[in-house]
Amino acid sequence: MAEQKVVAATGNTVVAEAMRQCRPDVVAAYPITPQTTIVEEFAAFVAKGRVHTEYVTVESEHSAMSACIGASAAGARVMTATSSQGLALMWEELHIASGMRLPIVMANANRALSAPINIHCDHSDVMGARDAGWIMLFAETAQEAYDNTIMAVRIAEDPDVLLPVMSCLDGFITTHSIDRISLLDDETVAAFVGERKADWALLDVERPVTHGAFAGLGGPYPAFKKAERDAIERSRAVIARVGEEYARISGRPFGMLETWGMEDAEVAIVVIGSTAGNVRHVARSLREAGSKVGVVKVRCFRPFPYAELAKTLSGVKAVAVMDRAESFGAEGGPLFLETRSALYDAAERPAVVGYVYGLGGSDVKLDLVESVYGDLADIASGSPVPAGPVYLGAR
Amino acid sequence: MKWDVSRINEWTSEEFPLGAVIPEAGNSDDYVTGGWRSQRPERDDAKCTQCLLCWIVCPDSAIRVENEKVTTFDLAHCKGCGVCANECPVGAITMVPEGCDLPEVK
Ligand code: SF4
Ligand code: SF4
Repeated sequence: MAEQKVVAATGNTVVAEAMRQCRPDVVAAYPITPQTTIVEEFAAFVAKGRVHTEYVTVESEHSAMSACIGASAAGARVMTATSSQGLALMWEELHIASGMRLPIVMANANRALSAPINIHCDHSDVMGARDAGWIMLFAETAQEAYDNTIMAVRIAEDPDVLLPVMSCLDGFITTHSIDRISLLDDETVAAFVGERKADWALLDVERPVTHGAFAGLGGPYPAFKKAERDAIERSRAVIARVGEEYARISGRPFGMLETWGMEDAEVAIVVIGSTAGNVRHVARSLREAGSKVGVVKVRCFRPFPYAELAKTLSGVKAVAVMDRAESFGAEGGPLFLETRSALYDAAERPAVVGYVYGLGGSDVKLDLVESVYGDLADIASGSPVPAGPVYLGAR
Repeated sequence: MKWDVSRINEWTSEEFPLGAVIPEAGNSDDYVTGGWRSQRPERDDAKCTQCLLCWIVCPDSAIRVENEKVTTFDLAHCKGCGVCANECPVGAITMVPEGCDLPEVK
């Protein structure tokens, strides 16, 4: 294990630090709350000569992702960051980046989408991008945001994958609160991520190529989308391998799922992002009082860990899925839909209830989590499963 | 591996390099882009002064020139935009309604 330095810093500071340590050739970015301090601090690194990156200041997120795509096609290692409406403005480029199989790494500071205008945390932004062909990692803490950024580079650039990766951290909660974080040294990270080797670099004048060509009716478009699906499926093994390698240098394991108390749990909460800490806290005190409760934190949302989730939930009587995003008109939020789908093929299917919470940064107090475990205890002992989604903390 | 770009529309996902890259330069000739034209340019040789302005302005490089003289329109690539007809200083080009048939590529 490598020597590490413990610092007190915000999530955004350590994401900027991780970006610097990964030595991107190009960063094209536009500032948007609560992502701003990532690109601000990275710009300061460039200005001070602490990283040799071509830093492109663009006039919108649409241009930021376009510039990233051009640079990545040219063969550069490319990173950027965004949030909320900025991610929405990138939407068409998100598909281009994945379709062209460009290993761009982007931090996303999760924030609500308007209207009404709101700058605080929920997952509506990123869940809107969930079918864009990006690998999606979620951090609970600033430490995980730092670790995920570094692992994302390796996953994205792996020859078996070559897909863009989004590394998500909760707006203000993780981006702006100061946390205790262990940082690897520059040499260790540089050795871990290595150099990007692009097969078809646009700037290679010896081997001229066309990127992003047309594939219309009767052409190979479907074959390409299939190839993209095959690549994201292959990423499962790569994510596991990179996680193991990273654990060896950092001492911090990474799994697509992280479970707590699931060995003998009778009821469980499935959650993503910073709320997992609150849920674990409540679960711990309920355990001390004798209830068999468990927690499942999903760290990788795309590809979704169907098999692992079905396995860990199979013996449970009732499951609550907490979504910090809406999927209007559906039976529940995105995580709920995936979880119920994962359980469909399970031999024993637990009851599953969908909760929508924390929209627009609304507080997730411990009593709200307690009420969810209370509902689960009722369902486990025979109460009917409420038709979802159940709104938590909404007046 | 050598890619036969003229067969591009038949390539399978195994044949294509990663991310739909086409690993060869100058392949736009093989893309037929004239298929959606609704009008086609026709040139009156008697009026034409061979100033080559149409050749310069055509956004699809669809006007053929041989021995410094415009000869034919490359109808596999002319998209019928009418820029040439609009810009010709002596009105030698007119746009006529197009039928349904697309000419064979080269
Ligand atoms: S109609 Fe347009 S595309 Fe066709 S030859 Fe004229 S300028 Fe070129
Ligand atoms: S612009 Fe008109 S006159 Fe000039 S070469 Fe073309 S057709 Fe002839």
